[in-house]
Amino acid sequence: MENTSRSIRNQTTEKAVRVISYGFIGLFSLCCLLPFLLVLGTSFSTENAIQRYGFSFWPREMTTFAYRIVFENPDYIVGAYIVTFALTIVGTAVGLFIVAMTGYVLQRPDYQYRNKISFLIYFTTLFSGGLVPFYLLMTQYLDLKDNYLAVLLPGLLSPFLIIMMKSFVASMPHAITESAKIDGAGDFTIFMRLILPMTTPALATIGLFIALGYWNEWYNSMLFLSPDIKSRPLQLYLYNVITSAEAIKTSAAASNVPLRDTPLESMKMAIAIVATGPIILLFPFIQRFFIKGITVGAVKG
Amino acid sequence: MQEIETIRVKQGTPYAGISRTKRLWNNRTLLLMSAPAILFFLIFAYLPMPGLYLAFIKYNYSDGIFKSAFVGFENFRFLIINGDLWRLTVNTILYNLAFILLGNVLQIFVAILLNELRSKLFKKIAQTLMFLPYFISAVLIGLLAYNFLSYDYGVLNSVLVSMGFDPVKTYSNPQIWPFIIVLVYLWQMTGYGSIIYFAAIMGLDNEIIEAAEIDGANAYRRIIHIILPWLKPTFIILLLFSLGGVLKGNFGLFYNLVGASNSILYPTTDIIETYVFRALMNNFNFSTGSAVSLYQSLFGFFIVITCNWFVKKTSPENSLF
Repeated sequence: MENTSRSIRNQTTEKAVRVISYGFIGLFSLCCLLPFLLVLGTSFSTENAIQRYGFSFWPREMTTFAYRIVFENPDYIVGAYIVTFALTIVGTAVGLFIVAMTGYVLQRPDYQYRNKISFLIYFTTLFSGGLVPFYLLMTQYLDLKDNYLAVLLPGLLSPFLIIMMKSFVASMPHAITESAKIDGAGDFTIFMRLILPMTTPALATIGLFIALGYWNEWYNSMLFLSPDIKSRPLQLYLYNVITSAEAIKTSAAASNVPLRDTPLESMKMAIAIVATGPIILLFPFIQRFFIKGITVGAVKG
Repeated sequence: MQEIETIRVKQGTPYAGISRTKRLWNNRTLLLMSAPAILFFLIFAYLPMPGLYLAFIKYNYSDGIFKSAFVGFENFRFLIINGDLWRLTVNTILYNLAFILLGNVLQIFVAILLNELRSKLFKKIAQTLMFLPYFISAVLIGLLAYNFLSYDYGVLNSVLVSMGFDPVKTYSNPQIWPFIIVLVYLWQMTGYGSIIYFAAIMGLDNEIIEAAEIDGANAYRRIIHIILPWLKPTFIILLLFSLGGVLKGNFGLFYNLVGASNSILYPTTDIIETYVFRALMNNFNFSTGSAVSLYQSLFGFFIVITCNWFVKKTSPENSLF
């Protein structure tokens, strides 16, 4: 008797926990999606409807006007895409190579200076010169103002990614390196021929972290690239469009749209969609790599 | 046996007793291979450090760094007297504490609930959607928030008006911004952060759970008595690590949410990073900016050391140094 009432009580708790789980997770997931739908809906809305009803998830008066303006005179957006793609590809290739090489070398137990160099790298996360000296160095001493290198170079490496690579390599037996050494292979050859092919899952993860960093880069772009550069990285272009109506008016005027007809709000959203679209479409396929990187690097890093 | 031990020791230190130059020569390839990274950090991280000397001078553009007047701690005194340093410290630390504490609690909550879901498809879709906000740029976050908060067109005001309330002027009301910023942070980072906790739950031996079920433990008991204690060490380590960065602000989040020059909101939204940024880009006050950065670096360093000391106490294998 007591047993059955207890098991019934257990079943109700079990059910309650399940309802809360599905309910909360479902609601939270929806909340993560809604803001994107709002941008999408507004980008297809007429300016008239926006002014009357505000931003909405489903456009009351549908139009592709904003997109037409963006693509009719695509100089800005195409330029932004080219710059962003170039930065992402070059930055990821170079950065990944250096991160992988550094991570491997610092994991070699027979490397005399590995602790010193690890500390040299790690210390930069503890103490930094701050923004002002960094800015002066980049603009006055390295002369990188209005130079794409100012965006490319600082994003190449990070201590976090080097540590992540170290933890990946640490899970490989050192005997691989040792036996190759006995066979007479040099350190660089071992890295290129043996280690790189064996760490492709790690490389994919780290490469995607670097690539995402470049794709979403706006901070260094904003610091070092002035607004009169025509081809700005995507996020800087988006930032300029969002924060100044001027940027939109210029691009609308280039498409011969009269000023009073320029759909200020929906164009912001349309440009945001165009700038973010690829990453969101790719996202379901690449997310597992990030999950792997986070679980490997998190607690150790 | 003894012999094997000594061989091992020798292998562990293959260069014991070899001269310094010989050692350098033996490590030449590995040194060359680490050279790009060393160079990178020397240039972009170490070279700016001496620039903190700016904090002790009254920087004057025409005189340059070396001819500007040395003023000692005058810049710091000024920052303390006008209350800026105190306000920035309080804002930065309080925001970070809210991020860390609320963030971790919500992440654990989500990870546990995810684990209770039985439908694989539902779980997968939910995880994907919750992870999505992590992938977008800070610029877009600012735009998403604007879509909800804009006075004229924002969804918040549409909803308020349709329910018969007055619309709110969010962007000129500093009191509500702490809530907005913390909410946006939780929105962006919960999916990301819950991954670590979810992975930890996955690492829990299934037999323990099954045994508990046979003993009649329901889902609630399972969570309280098995899963939560199991997550405790992960929680403590993550907590201590993030507490180490309690003085570092998330510039992108604050800057894009608040706007570049919305000074009405500064009392509740100004953090160290945004202040230094304005000192540099708007006021060209290089010395004040550097003084705040130096204070942040030193105080932050002290906090990390303290946190690491606690990590060492709780789990030595996780300590940083």
